[in-house]
Order: sequence, then C-alpha cells, then structure tokens
Amino acid sequence: MSKSRFVVAKTGDVAPGTSLRVNAGGRDIALFNVSGEFFALGDRCPHESGSLCAGKIVGFAEADEPGKYRLVRDGEFVRCPWHGWEFDIRTGKSWCDPEKSRVRAYQTGVAAGSDLVEGPYVAETFKVSVEENYVVIEI
Amino acid sequence: MSIDVLEPQERRKSGGALQGLGVVDCDIHPQFSTPGEILEFLPERWRDYVRTYGGFYRQPLADTLSHPRMAPDVARADSWPPSGAPPGGDLAFMQKQHLDANNVEHGMLMPLNRGPGNQRNLEYGAALATAVNDWQIACWVERDPRLHASIVCTQEHTPFALAEIERCAPDKRFSQIMLPPKSLEPLGRRRYWPIFEAAQAFNLPIALHVGGINGYPPTGSGWPSYYIEEQHTNVQGMQGLITSMVIEGVFEQFPKLRMVLVEGGIAWAPPLKWRLDKHWKRLKSEAPHLKRLPSEYIRDHIWFTTQPLDEPPEDSDLLETFEQVGLDRIMFSTDYPHWDFDEPSFVAAKLRIGPEKLRAIMSGNARELYGLS
Amino acid sequence: MQVRMDHTIPAKGAAVGLFGGAAVDSDVHISVPSVKALLPYLNQYWRQQFLTRGIDRLSWNMTSDPPNAPITARPDRRPTSGRPGSDFSILKEKHLDVFGPSAAIANCIYGGAALHSEDMAAVVCTAVNDWIAAEWLDRDPRLRASIVVPLNNADLAAEEIERRAGDPRFVQVLMLAMGEQPLGKRAHWPIYAAANRHGLPIGVHAGSLYQHPALAGGYGSYFLEDYVAQAFGFESCVLSLVSEGVFAKFPDLKFVFMESGVTWLPAALWRFDKTWRGVRAEVPWVKVPPSQIVRDHIRLTLQPFDEPEGAGRLERFCEQMKSDEMVLFSTDFPHWHFEGEAALPISASSPLARKILWDNPRGTYPRLNALSPEIAA
Repeated sequence: MSKSRFVVAKTGDVAPGTSLRVNAGGRDIALFNVSGEFFALGDRCPHESGSLCAGKIVGFAEADEPGKYRLVRDGEFVRCPWHGWEFDIRTGKSWCDPEKSRVRAYQTGVAAGSDLVEGPYVAETFKVSVEENYVVIEI
Repeated sequence: MSIDVLEPQERRKSGGALQGLGVVDCDIHPQFSTPGEILEFLPERWRDYVRTYGGFYRQPLADTLSHPRMAPDVARADSWPPSGAPPGGDLAFMQKQHLDANNVEHGMLMPLNRGPGNQRNLEYGAALATAVNDWQIACWVERDPRLHASIVCTQEHTPFALAEIERCAPDKRFSQIMLPPKSLEPLGRRRYWPIFEAAQAFNLPIALHVGGINGYPPTGSGWPSYYIEEQHTNVQGMQGLITSMVIEGVFEQFPKLRMVLVEGGIAWAPPLKWRLDKHWKRLKSEAPHLKRLPSEYIRDHIWFTTQPLDEPPEDSDLLETFEQVGLDRIMFSTDYPHWDFDEPSFVAAKLRIGPEKLRAIMSGNARELYGLS
Repeated sequence: MQVRMDHTIPAKGAAVGLFGGAAVDSDVHISVPSVKALLPYLNQYWRQQFLTRGIDRLSWNMTSDPPNAPITARPDRRPTSGRPGSDFSILKEKHLDVFGPSAAIANCIYGGAALHSEDMAAVVCTAVNDWIAAEWLDRDPRLRASIVVPLNNADLAAEEIERRAGDPRFVQVLMLAMGEQPLGKRAHWPIYAAANRHGLPIGVHAGSLYQHPALAGGYGSYFLEDYVAQAFGFESCVLSLVSEGVFAKFPDLKFVFMESGVTWLPAALWRFDKTWRGVRAEVPWVKVPPSQIVRDHIRLTLQPFDEPEGAGRLERFCEQMKSDEMVLFSTDFPHWHFEGEAALPISASSPLARKILWDNPRGTYPRLNALSPEIAA
C-alpha cells in the first residue's frame, strides 16, 4: 500500500524539547522536536491508551551498580502521563517491554512551503504558506 | 492555522468489551481547589491552629511524605486543570476529563485530604473530619449528583468518630464511612468496634482506602528506601488489615458489617485466604471465637476494588484470581486523578468475561452494595 | 576444629527412606535447649557474665517461634520435655530415618541473635554454631546447617561467616524475614559479600526481631495474626532485595526463603513488575522485570505450602513463575504442617518432584554438589 504524506505542523509550532498532538489520516499522532529533529509516534500508549503528547519528555536513567545514577539521552524519551512507561522517541519502543509494547513510529521530514504547494502532500487541516517550513509525516 | 489538537478528554471512551456501558467508579479523589478552601469549613479556633501549627503527624516531614512520588501530586500528568487548581481540584475539569468521558454514572469520593484520622491532635482531627465532610457535600455532591460522599472521622477517639457518623449518616448523600487502614492499632482491635457497630446500625459500608500515617513502618522490617517498595506496601497493608479484621473476630461480632478495600489490588487475596484457613485450623485454640473458616468471613464481608488492576502475564490468571475472590465482590475503580488510574475499557478488555459478569463488576456490584439507582 | 568430609551419604546401612535417598530436606529445625547448654562454648569472660547475671537461666525463646504452640511441633515429634527440635533422637528416628534425605539443612532459630548488645549477640551466635557442629553435625552425616549470625551488626555477622566458612557442613547463612531494616538495605551488604565469597546462599527464615510490628497497623492480639503476617514480611523482602539492587551487586548470590508459605509470590510479582514498568527510573540498576530477577535468585522451601488441600497450586506456581527450579523440598520438621508423611503435595515419582527433592536444592547450595548422585539411582 502506498504511503501518503501529510503536512501536520509548521516547524515553529513544536519547539525543541516539546511535543504536539496532530492528526493525520484520522490518526492521533504525537509529534516531538528533539533538538531540531522531528519524530512522530502514535499518540496512544499501548498499555491503557494515555496520550503520549501529555507525557513528560525525559532522559534515560541508567546505573551500572546500585547507587550510581546516570542520565543519558536527555530529551529522547517520553513518559506516558499515566503509568510512566518510557518510550524511545526515536523508535517508539517501550523500554520496559520493547517486544510487546511499542507505539508506531512514523517517518517524518521537513519541507519548505514552496515545495509543498506543488508536491503530493495532504494538508488536511491548515493552509500551507510558501514562506514557511513544515513537518511532513508519512503514513 | 488550524492544526486539529484533540483535547485529552476526547480520548477513546469505550473499548470493544465495554460497549458504552456506564460505570460506577469506587475511587475518585477530590482535592481542595486551593489550600485555603477547607478553612471556610473549619471553626475559627481550628483555622488559627492550622495557620499557626499546621497538621501534626507521626512522621519526620511536616507537610509531605518521606517517599517522594514519581509524579507531582501523585497525579496523572494530564490531570492538571487549566484553571490552576490541582488535580482533582476542579469539578468542571473532572467532569470533562473523567466523569463524562468515561461514562461514570456514580462516583464514590475518597477524600484523603489531610488525613483527619491520623491527626495527633484529636480535637483538630475531629474538626477537620467535619470540615471535609461538609466540603464534600457543598463543593462536590451538591454540584454533581453523580458523586457520593464518604464520612471521614477520627477513629482514634471513638466518641468523636461516633458523633460525626451520627451527624452524617442520615444524609443519603453519604454512602459509606471511610477509615485509614493505618490506624494506631490494627483496625480489628476492640477499640474500634464501636465504629463498626455504628456502621452496622446505619447499614453503611466501611471503606478502607490504602494509606494513612500511624508512625509504624509499612513493613515488618522497617522503612523501605524507595517509592517502588513503599507503593507496593499498599498490598501488605491490606493483607494485614484483613488478617486483623478476621482473626480479631470483627465479622463474628458484626455479622452484617460490609467492608470495601480500595486501591489495594486483589490478586493477593486468594493466597491470603488459603494461608489464613490453613494456619487457623492449626492454631484455632488461640482464636476460638472464630466459628467459621477465615476465608468464609472474607467471602461474605469484604468487597474489593479493581484499581490498580493486577496485570499477570496471562490475562486468564487475572480472571482465575477474580473468580477465587468472587466476581460479585469486585467493583470497578479508577483512582482518578492519580497516576496509576485505570481506564474502564482497559479493565474490561483484560477481564474477558461475558456482558452480565462485566456489568456486575463495572457497576452492578457497587449499585447493590451502596443501594444506588 | 576437625571437620568431617564424608560426602558420600547416606552412610551404609542408613535407611533409604521415602524418596530413595535422592532428596534434600532444606528446612529442619534444631533448637538450643537452654542458654546453659551454650556455657561450654563461651570464653571465660562471657561464661562468668552469664553465670553471675543469671543469663544462663533465661529462655531466649522467640516471640515469633513459641515452643508450645501446636504449629511448632507435631505431637509425634514433640519431646516429652524441652523445646521441640532439641532432641537428636527424635530428629533421627522420627524424621531422617523415615524420609531418608541425603542431606537435611538444620536451622537453629534462636533469640540470642536478637539481643540488643551487638557483642553479646555475636558471642552467642558463635557459641550456637560451635554447639551445632559438635552436638548435631558430628552425630549424623546427613545433617547440614545454616550459619547463625548476629542480626544487628553486619560486620560481626561477616566475621562469623568467615570463621565458619571453612566447615563445608555449614551450607548457608541464616537471617530472619523481619529485622531492624529491610533485607536489601546496604547495611546488610557485608553479610552478603562474605556469603558470596564462600558460595553460601542466604537463608531467610520466617521470624521477626520485633523491631517493628508485623502488621503495618500495629500490634494485633494473636500469634496467629503474626504468623500469617510472616508471608507479608517475605513479600517485603522480595521488594527490598530487588529494589536495592542486591542481585545487581552480587549476581551469584541466592536467597532461600524458608517457611514463607510460597503461594503468595506470583501475585506479588505481577504487582511488582507492573509498578517497575512505570517507576523503574528510581532504581535504574533494576534492568529487567523483577519477576525475572526473582526467578534467577530466590528459592523457596516447600513447607508450609499454603493452599487448600489438593488444589494443585504447586504445579500452578511453577506455571505462573515459568520455572520449576524455585521450590526446594522441606518438611519444616518438627513443625506441624502436614500429617503422616504427606510433605510433598505432588506424586513423588513426578518429574517436578525430582526437581524439588533433588535437582533444585543441589542447584541452590553449591556445598551440596558433592552429594553422591548414585544414591538417586
């Protein structure tokens, strides 16, 4: 099945370190800006369907032994707002149960408005302006 | 631009199994909209006391627990109302996010606010209990009749507790009496029996919501280090509570008493029943006042609430456990707005039972217990 | 100290017993009859202290182990006088010769370990271990023992482990389920480090130092309540050992829960795993679900096995734990948990029985590896 590309937000709508819930093709999608890179995950936690957009964006806590705490990959995980399950924003995998519990990760890209006006993109809910850059999701 | 941002409360309302079934939520936590909201319900003497001294508990920190939680206000991250009130402190937001969205037909209020039963100053505890009870009616039940209040009281001074129960019990907006499981002595001890006698006389269930501060550590070997352990001690706390209630003979003495365990989980109950029965048989000469197997008292007198739902690797183990407890003794609860909230459709999907049994757990059992429409 | 190294047991002529010898009884109780019995094992200073202060006349029975309660000794195993478990001939004739285990691990639950004086507690523990070696282990080659250690000073406990580790008949270290601090706390780690050095599992037995009430609501009226609550104490041990990272720190260490009731564990782990998924960042050294850590590191002795008779919970336990390696056969002699010889709730000829009776104890206790396998044939 061929994929559709959806224009979901202006790049400026999602500041680095934040998320935004968007809708594309009828799906709720959590759009994250990690230091200028955009990632898109299905918004529903696979556990009890909390909205990942409402979750805190955090780093990953590690320890080689008890009491030796270390934070890595700060800003690359989202904790579900309900039960705190951690998802890798880059892959959608849950850390606690990566095989069974993952959210779908969508391909994202950034495109200039001037290209979008011509291209095979679906802008469902807002008008594209040639002066801006946009986040595009493939579904 | 008009990016379509869904509000959190518009999330999925009913899973396949639920089919739009309305629910009775046996565990909703109302919060003061501002810290001062309760003051108007307190007499001047106790307003002054609180301003001057604050609460007074059997623990090192004056204003908070010594195991910091994993989320602010132990709340769902999406439950902070835009009004600036704390989670659970804004009825309109609660209605939108929870009561309406989850099709809650009745909700049992579980006010944990400031723990009147655990106040060391007993007179303040009694005044606070009265204030919290009046506040539940004025700020919640009167504004949304789906909500039902719980009578809080200070169980450590029986006359105060009885006075408060007698004051509130005739008001049908109160559906039960609420006690903290962590009392100064195990709740089955005779000093608390007058409260059970009153509950039986007024035909009100006793709700025991996990928590409380009694100065004792939550385990038999002292204070655990981490929240991950302390959170789990809700289980040992409930196990100890049942053990005390049954073995001290509360249900032999009060054959019509009904108790609701809130937020303690369920899966531990069958093994506890096996353990109580087995060892009571051997040691029954110490507790000859028990005329029946401990498990029989539990079966007849104790109701359980679902949240936090036990999540065995196999869903069928959950149902096996529930059946061992008795499907007519299990009532749905969410713990809204707390972080370990359970969504109705999730519980329904995990249970995998037919519509009649599901209806009983999601609403029917609670309707029957509390006499709800 | 002379140590017998005769591992090819049972001795010739000994009864093979119910299980054909291929069995380890991982929890039998022996009992110090009186403080006076320890006097020969004390040095001059302590002997004089005990005599001049009348300490030798004290009982040091534990509140969590009342000697005359029906559960503490089955009538046919109760001596005509003295504490249950204090009579060697009853252990031998009524138990070892009947069940015929290749080895039985003797646990001496003794109040001396609960004394507030750290030094006196340590001295008593040393005396008890000497007494165990001389009065029990030397008398029957099937007997093994746990090292009794003071529970209020981990350094002194570690010293006692070092002192005793050279005697291979001591196969584990004995602690109680409920003490001053949760078992995972770092204060206990010198004990675990010493045990780990010598390949000794930590045996955690039901019991309480009563530094805290067994029920979180305070002290109840009946011993029965506290006995039931031992299982809650073990549940807290699971939480503490895993959350504190004891097994991250000591990956080879095993804990054996003795007289825990067993059947409470699966539900406890469903809950623990669930909580861990959300809050594991608080204890990032817990890198896999707690149930997996427990499966790898914690063992449970069989009796008492909390279930309605014939309920088949032992098989269900193994299914739910996804392991048939966690339960170790025990009788809890002379306690009264079963009638006759019905210590095993499954057929003795089943594959699971073989695991529980023989493979699992040997996999748990490195010092039992030398047990003669041909006995099993």
